[in-house]
Amino acid sequence: MLVNLPARLRTLLLSLVLIAFALPAFAGPFEDAIAKFANDDYSDTEEAIGVVASSGNPLAFPIISALQDGRLMADSDSKKVYVTGADGKSIDAATGQPVDSVPDSASAVRLNNRLRRSVDAAIGSLTLQSPDIATRLQAAQSVFKSHEETALEAVDGALAKETNKSVKAALGDARAAILLFKPDASEVEKLEAVATLKARGDQEAMALLTGMGDQPASVAKAAASAIGSIQSSLAVWSTVQNAWYGLSLGSVLLLAAIGLAITFGVMGVINMAHGEMVMIGAYTTFVVQEVIRTRYPGLFDYSLLIAVPLAFLVAGAIGVLIERSIIRFLYGRPLETLLATWGLSLVLQQAVRTMFGPTNREVGNPSWMSGAFELGQITITYNRLWILVFTLAVFAVLLAMLRYTALGLEMRAVTQNRRMAASMGIATSRVDALTFGLGSGIAGIAGVALSQIDNVSPNLGQSYIIDSFMVVVFGGVGNLWGTLVGAFTLGIANKFLEPVAGAVLGKIAILVLIILFIQKRPRGLFALKGRAVEA
Amino acid sequence: MTPHMLTRSLDRGATIFLAIVAACGILIPLSNLLLPAGSFLQVPTYLVALWGKYVCYAILALAIDLIWGYCGILSLGHGAFFALGGYAMGMYLMRQIGTRGVYGNPILPDFMVFLNYSKLPWYWYGFDMFWFAALMVLVVPGLLAFCFGWLAFRSRVTGVYLSIITQAMTYALLLAFFRNDFGFGGNNGLTDFKDILGFNVQAEGTRAALFALSCLALILAFLICRSVVSSKLGKVLIAIRDAESRSRFLGYRVESYKLFVFTLSACMAGVAGALYVPQVGIINPSEFAPGNSIEAVIWVAVGGRGTLIGAALGAVVVNYAKTFFTSGMLAPYWLFMLGALFILVTLLLPKGIVGTFNSWWDQSKENRAATAASAAAEDGVTEPDMAESAQ
Repeated sequence: MLVNLPARLRTLLLSLVLIAFALPAFAGPFEDAIAKFANDDYSDTEEAIGVVASSGNPLAFPIISALQDGRLMADSDSKKVYVTGADGKSIDAATGQPVDSVPDSASAVRLNNRLRRSVDAAIGSLTLQSPDIATRLQAAQSVFKSHEETALEAVDGALAKETNKSVKAALGDARAAILLFKPDASEVEKLEAVATLKARGDQEAMALLTGMGDQPASVAKAAASAIGSIQSSLAVWSTVQNAWYGLSLGSVLLLAAIGLAITFGVMGVINMAHGEMVMIGAYTTFVVQEVIRTRYPGLFDYSLLIAVPLAFLVAGAIGVLIERSIIRFLYGRPLETLLATWGLSLVLQQAVRTMFGPTNREVGNPSWMSGAFELGQITITYNRLWILVFTLAVFAVLLAMLRYTALGLEMRAVTQNRRMAASMGIATSRVDALTFGLGSGIAGIAGVALSQIDNVSPNLGQSYIIDSFMVVVFGGVGNLWGTLVGAFTLGIANKFLEPVAGAVLGKIAILVLIILFIQKRPRGLFALKGRAVEA
Repeated sequence: MTPHMLTRSLDRGATIFLAIVAACGILIPLSNLLLPAGSFLQVPTYLVALWGKYVCYAILALAIDLIWGYCGILSLGHGAFFALGGYAMGMYLMRQIGTRGVYGNPILPDFMVFLNYSKLPWYWYGFDMFWFAALMVLVVPGLLAFCFGWLAFRSRVTGVYLSIITQAMTYALLLAFFRNDFGFGGNNGLTDFKDILGFNVQAEGTRAALFALSCLALILAFLICRSVVSSKLGKVLIAIRDAESRSRFLGYRVESYKLFVFTLSACMAGVAGALYVPQVGIINPSEFAPGNSIEAVIWVAVGGRGTLIGAALGAVVVNYAKTFFTSGMLAPYWLFMLGALFILVTLLLPKGIVGTFNSWWDQSKENRAATAASAAAEDGVTEPDMAESAQ
């Protein structure tokens, strides 16, 4: 045993071992390749990368990734190569033994652009066999992007062993991409590769097909037809994507406008403080989440479910208070109502600013609202999807409430003919207060949803107020269906204009179009007919 | 306008108002220029510029009162006309900088050099000449108002709908002017002015002259509004305000009247903006913000809509309060006060300061007349009547 030997002998043995490792005669091809990194010559480095990547040595991955990050240090005098870890500890690249310090004469192995590509490809093929599916998938995708010829062997090897379907598909794509750019690949292989890429059908596949350079006539023809088919499918998908973005924006607009559709549409009250009700809903969500974070962290995923009824109650109660203290004195004077509620919005904003500070407050996404999934060529985020679902649900509930409940009946009666309704024994002032409270409460629950996609700040409401009025006026006052159609029309039109005109110009165009539309139909898309509207 | 019409249209309040404005327009610049600095009666230059700003706001308020107080058109986009007039003046001032800019380009303003413009955009042509810029101060807001009004009034967009689309108009302009490639300096706007008509804009003399000019413009705007509202045209406007359909059925072309007064008002707002810019030294897209236009409406409401004097008074009072409160330790409460002002004025003081004062004055005059009449009647009262009333 080493420990039992006299100290001098032990030292001798240790130095012998070290000499043995340092002697070239003892070294295999892996160690030879490592030594090449120290030559400071690009072609030697490239050769070394190829050998190390295909060596199957467990040190291969740390070495190549160190090379990529500039952490691979080579001493050109002693031909020794070291890997410095991110933690500052170093190992000898050839043996994997830890070393105390890297000699000062060592410098990082240099790379040029060509080498960087082969490094990327080498990393890709090295991780192709990782036990983790996500890593394998990522590796296959990175090989697809780099499509270095050297990776072909690794891809074929991985493809033979792969069992996961999506990784297998990604590997197939990567293989096709490599073959397409391999000068000595057969025509049949290339045609197959084109077919694979055509089936993949995305922007990247198209980029590969357009950039593949000189090819045999049959391959070029197949590629041209593949490009055509990919282009048309991409056009369809981009339309679908715009439509989805439009629906998503439309749902946000609808959510913000739906409360306004009640106060403005049904009651004829211009509530400029509507946006602040949305803001109050968002801040209610913030408070709920704060309480949950500090007291009951386990309930975080339910925070929105708790916030929705609370926001409805808070905003609704404030709405009733506003109606009783201000609005009711201003019925029949819409322009004065507009000014008073504008003043109210300033007060509410400043109050929230005083209480919560002027900066954005953080409202988190529960786990079921974060993340996204792929549908064909488009990505759909869960929060947008849930907001769309939530909006439609709110709309349906509101519609049912107006249609089937006693309060809904009374509200419609007061809207249609206030004096007649009063004569029938309906307490109109109570209905007014409740209607205003309902509209404000719905704005509050809109705030809960909008807190998930927007900054929760005292100015949150201001950014929605003009859009909301546009939606209600465009859709037609006094008609909830008009608001629905108006919101989705504006949302989709906006998103289809955006790629053409840019975001800001698109928005300006929409505003101008609405102004012109109002000239044509001063009462909106679905106008109430009859004498009542003239009053 | 004949002298006869002028005297007829001026009642006592208007005369006092004009006298005060004229006195300010003469005395404040004189005190600033002639009295030694630090003297008790000397008005410092910064105050001249500040009050010059208020006077410009007063002209804007008059423009709003003309359409809102007398024709019932509540425009929430008058800030846009004000800002357009300001931009026209700002463009002239930018061209006057010449080679004194940071980049020293004789033609292109600094921001264009910075944004790699190779030549002046066509809509900047002519703004090196003052007369052209002055014309544009009237034409651009007037034309926009004419086109907008022509569409809106002919299709009978009224009431809150009109308010909402005027707000959309100024919002669209806000977004447009924020864009760098729109050619108006993006969100930095136009600033760093040097000369106006060859005089240094920073100089005391120029500031005093601009103040006097603003007062003159206020007087002229007041006289124009006064002559409009006291003419037959003004009576029709009031009729439209009170009963639009009825006026139409009586045979008046409502949309023509509205279009005229709306365009006139926009031109006045443009002039106010043009006088505002050299005194403040900057014009940027935030002037288009919908909030500014609504704030201007509340000046009119505070002073008293439909009184003209009240509009000007309201603009000065509210803005003085704003300066006073936002500069001190009360700054965080200013928005509470402004908001409360909106609410309280609409709820408790619907006629505004001047309107309430007028009705109080009329009331007390009536009371005095009634007292005098009853005092005169008392002399001839017979005994039985006295007994009857005592019972």
